[in-house]
Amino acid sequence: MVETEGNGVIEFLGDVLAWFGNPDNWIGPSGILNRLREHVQLTAAATVTAAILAIPPALWLGHRRIGGTFVVAVVNIGRAIPSFAIVVLFLPISIRLGLGIGFWPTFLALLFLAVPPMFTNTYTGVAGVDPDLVEASRGMGMTGREVLTKVELPMASPVILAAVRVAAVQVAATATLGALVGWGGLGRFIVDGFSVRDNVLVFAGALLVAGLAIFLEVLLGWVERRVVPTTLQSRSDVVESVVA
Amino acid sequence: MIHLAQASDGFFSWDWVVNHLDDIWARTVEHLMLTAIAVVVGMLISLALSVVALRYRWTYSPITWFTGILYTIPSLALFAFLVPITGLSVLTAEIGLVSYTLLILIRNTVAGIDGVPEATVESARGMGYTNRGLFFSVELPLALPVIIAGIRIAAVTTIGLVTVTALIGQGGLGFFILRGLNLFYSPIGTTQIVVGTVVSVALAVAVDLTLVGIQHLATPWSRRRATA
Repeated sequence: MVETEGNGVIEFLGDVLAWFGNPDNWIGPSGILNRLREHVQLTAAATVTAAILAIPPALWLGHRRIGGTFVVAVVNIGRAIPSFAIVVLFLPISIRLGLGIGFWPTFLALLFLAVPPMFTNTYTGVAGVDPDLVEASRGMGMTGREVLTKVELPMASPVILAAVRVAAVQVAATATLGALVGWGGLGRFIVDGFSVRDNVLVFAGALLVAGLAIFLEVLLGWVERRVVPTTLQSRSDVVESVVA
Repeated sequence: MIHLAQASDGFFSWDWVVNHLDDIWARTVEHLMLTAIAVVVGMLISLALSVVALRYRWTYSPITWFTGILYTIPSLALFAFLVPITGLSVLTAEIGLVSYTLLILIRNTVAGIDGVPEATVESARGMGYTNRGLFFSVELPLALPVIIAGIRIAAVTTIGLVTVTALIGQGGLGFFILRGLNLFYSPIGTTQIVVGTVVSVALAVAVDLTLVGIQHLATPWSRRRATA
């Protein structure tokens, strides 16, 4: 453990650099590489599962244009529940369900956080498609299913992709808190650093977590720009979700 | 969680709640103070940066880029960055909380002022308003609904984030959530987690409704237009 009290900023940053330079901190079950793998795997699993749960019903409801009031309520309540509280609340719930500590309470909490923004943005994306366009498609003889898959879905794709990006970044951010309920991931360094009062560990963990979140945001933003046709890109304004 | 509370005894203890009403009240006030300071300071900084962005257009994109990065950094990491510098203090909590309000507030302030009709600005100039008078007496009041919409999002988000500051020794109602986490296997623990969460959500709803009321009172002209 490195004692940092009384050292200057330069020495402190030097200690952080030395921590990253030590190969022992990279390998093994509690090394950076394994923690990063855990973090990325859980983020991917939670984001994909949430997308599977949220997007199909939202597409259908948006297509039928029913449940708008419900959507607004979900956005407002979702924003008001602290993600910290959700992660902690899922610990006793997970234990009662016999799923134990660690992975499951974190995973369930992340699902709970990621489903509402994906649902609401997909819904508003589809329901917000120009009614004239839908009318014209029907006039051309398209069935309801064709209107959804050939008109509404492509038109709403920028909003849906943006919602997935926002949710994924939020999931990666909140996964940090999983360290509080016995899970690994990069949050481990920060939480362990707090408990042993090791500021170097805390700071190094913060760099890793922040780096991953920013990387994910930039990467998914890039994918979005590659996938979405430029003519539709101005439509990708989503309801921003909570920071975790 | 309410379902679980009813389904199984030993999950929630009303006795604990009744015996700790003073404690809950004190933490609620602390929570509100931490939120109010963050939103007020955040709004002042955002107003200054918005004025810069509106006056010098090229600065808008770097300003939103930088505040966007702050917004993307997970809260635990942001607080963790600050702890080696400012310690486990209210200052650390507030720097982090203020950082998160900036993107939302600046975006809404700039969008609100941009949304003021050109004709209105022209008329005000024709009536002899100076730049400063135009900004404070015409543009800012007309942008108020959009700015308050931003303040609502910022306030509700901040109320949620305050709970995380329990990890750096602050936290308001987050204090109960963290203490409950350490006692999670006991009814006393889960009670505290539920109390911390429920009161925090109630606070968010109350603050949001209050801000809607303030907007209603502060922009009488939009009310008159709506009823006309």
